[in-house]
Amino acid sequence: MKLVLTEEQEFLRDTAKDFAQERTPITHFRALRDKKDKNLWDKDVWQEMVKLGWSGILVPEEFGGSNFGVAGISVILQECGKTLTPSPLFSTGVLGAYAIANFGTQEQKEKYLPKIVSGEITTALAVDESSHHDPLKTSFKAEKNNEEYLLNGKKTFVIDGASADVLIVLARTSGNSGELAGLTLFIIDSDVNGLNRIKLDMADSRNYANIEFNDVKCSNQEILGTIETGGESVERILDIGRIAMSAEMLGNAESAFETTIDYLKQRKQFGVLIGTFQALQHRAAEMFCEIELTKSAVMAAVQGADENSNELQRLSSLAKTIAGETLHLVSNEAIQMHGGIGVTDEYDLGFFIKRSRVAEQIFGSSTYHTERYANLSGF
Amino acid sequence: MQNLEEFRKEVKEWLDKNCPPSMRSGADPSIPVDEVWGGRKAEYKNPESKIWLDRMGAKGWTMPTVPKEYGGGGLNAEQVTILNQEMFAIGAKQPLLSFGIWMLAPVLLEYGTEEQKKEHLPKIIKGEIRWCQGYSEPGSGSDLASLATKAEDIGNHFLVNGQKVWTSYADKADWIFALVRTGPKEPKHDGISFLLIDMETAGVSTKPITLISGKSPFCETFFDDVEVPKENLIGQLNAGWAIAKALLQHERAFISSFGLGSGMGSGRDLVSIAKKHVGEEDGKISNSFYRSQIASHKIKEHAFGLTFKRAKDEGGKASATASMFKLYGTEHNKKRHELMIAATGINGVAWDGDEFNKEDKNLTRAWLRTKGNSIEGGTSEVQLNVISKRVLGLPS
Repeated sequence: MKLVLTEEQEFLRDTAKDFAQERTPITHFRALRDKKDKNLWDKDVWQEMVKLGWSGILVPEEFGGSNFGVAGISVILQECGKTLTPSPLFSTGVLGAYAIANFGTQEQKEKYLPKIVSGEITTALAVDESSHHDPLKTSFKAEKNNEEYLLNGKKTFVIDGASADVLIVLARTSGNSGELAGLTLFIIDSDVNGLNRIKLDMADSRNYANIEFNDVKCSNQEILGTIETGGESVERILDIGRIAMSAEMLGNAESAFETTIDYLKQRKQFGVLIGTFQALQHRAAEMFCEIELTKSAVMAAVQGADENSNELQRLSSLAKTIAGETLHLVSNEAIQMHGGIGVTDEYDLGFFIKRSRVAEQIFGSSTYHTERYANLSGF
Repeated sequence: MQNLEEFRKEVKEWLDKNCPPSMRSGADPSIPVDEVWGGRKAEYKNPESKIWLDRMGAKGWTMPTVPKEYGGGGLNAEQVTILNQEMFAIGAKQPLLSFGIWMLAPVLLEYGTEEQKKEHLPKIIKGEIRWCQGYSEPGSGSDLASLATKAEDIGNHFLVNGQKVWTSYADKADWIFALVRTGPKEPKHDGISFLLIDMETAGVSTKPITLISGKSPFCETFFDDVEVPKENLIGQLNAGWAIAKALLQHERAFISSFGLGSGMGSGRDLVSIAKKHVGEEDGKISNSFYRSQIASHKIKEHAFGLTFKRAKDEGGKASATASMFKLYGTEHNKKRHELMIAATGINGVAWDGDEFNKEDKNLTRAWLRTKGNSIEGGTSEVQLNVISKRVLGLPS
């Protein structure tokens, strides 16, 4: 594999870049935040993304998608990350589309995929149960009751969970917390009886919810794929999600970095441009190098995903760790190098540090993935 | 144009006939291994090292792309790939290590006159003359262009006076390529020339430098009224700085490969060292603090390796990224050695004597040697300056 974009991916990137710069500059996100928008993403903007085919990038052609792969969706997320574009693209176009297309039954694919492509539904993946990501520790129960399952418990930090029409839920049908076996994924409509969504107010002003389940009834047809294979499936779905999120985080970091370099070239103190100070130059150069390393890790992970590499898990943890650390560094340094203006709400940089810390938590922090990388590397 | 498959067959047959058994994989381990640098003072523990060098040198295959008229192999890129593949297939040893090949030859090809190329290239390629590099001076480290070793034009030759430092293997080399000041009144970058000097000339002397890691190939080299013929000037008078810069790029690319576990410190694996000395439980390094530090380092190393690959896949947009690779390669190498000695514990700081094994004592020396990696060939701070100015365009 070559670590360069194909022409097709370059085209997607250019389209996404134009869209994000013109249609969803950071002022777009700021406006949604200021008016405390219900979804924290704009329905019309999402429909425009759908028209560009983005919700169907991971959907096979027979269901109306383009099947451009993780590489296709990642370049789009990277560009959207540069302007902090809020949308259900990650929860629906990555997680929902990938989960259903790869693990759903034929019936489920026919039922959901065309609606994802057409923008008729959005989806969310409900995995976490506590303040730290750890899918194996799932104790959320789905108990068999005659011909149906009863779901009881609480899911936390569900991305776009406050608005999703369809939920994919990780539940334990047997075994104990900590075991890979005995996990099952369910796919259910969010307006089902017994389901209570509590919208979360997070630092990054995006759409999240905690979801309570009280005797929510599920039929056998609502098992995603087959029973008790959910542990393996969800790890795979999460890895694709981690890689796509790393691409978005790379975009966040590139943008905050560019803003900072521009500032160093125009801000004057002591009668000179602050970009002439070596104390700042060297830190800027170090950030440049970290971003270069992140680009390589993300690109390798993206290709590993599309080529079904047996290194996929390790590459996913590599990308999520590096993207998390780089964005962490850049979002801190960007504020410090800007000085006072960097900590004002009026200036956009604050959005990046808030997004950074929330994105770091999504599907495992850098600490979680460093541990996982060590396990997968045999030490 | 010869058919490539025919060429492959020819190479195969030639290697089969000419590559001595001890120069290939599967060689008898009791035969001593030479580090072959060639030159007038070369000594060989294994006579086959010399035979292999002479045969490859005569073919011009130590520098296969150089035209035959200068003693090279005259091969095109596809043929070189085939030669490398066939040498790799039999595990053939590189016949010659040479600063002449890595550094001087590219400069001669670009800046040398026809006479200079014909005089020097064949001797480099055959390993007859061993070269060393005279750049740094006691007063000119990072600020190399301030160098003061002067070469005065006194009619039919230059008269050279001054001192060079960090000249690797000067005590073993036959000739030196040196930067000298020929224009004392010109601005500092515009008064430098690139001069070739025979180390046997009267007035040249060397003295080895002992490093914190012990013995080293580095020397100080002194020039005391050394007479150098005019025809030894490469390029124009006072135009040596451009040549020096071109040459530094080659050196940086070479040093940065250390960060990938090649070069110095190769053969030492951080994880197995930690498992051996710190301990292992269920396949994991048993101390979680060491384990997490090692994991963080491994992740960075992995990403760095991928960045190397990406640069290659993108077609290697050279100079700017060369600084990044030099910086990260050397800093990672230092970090890796710090982690290795920490994991090795007391034995990781062993110096001498029979209470410690050779492996641990060598690690101590190797760790200390890495401290020079981020200084030689341009310090890490100089690389950061290059990135901030040339890549990021920050103002001066």
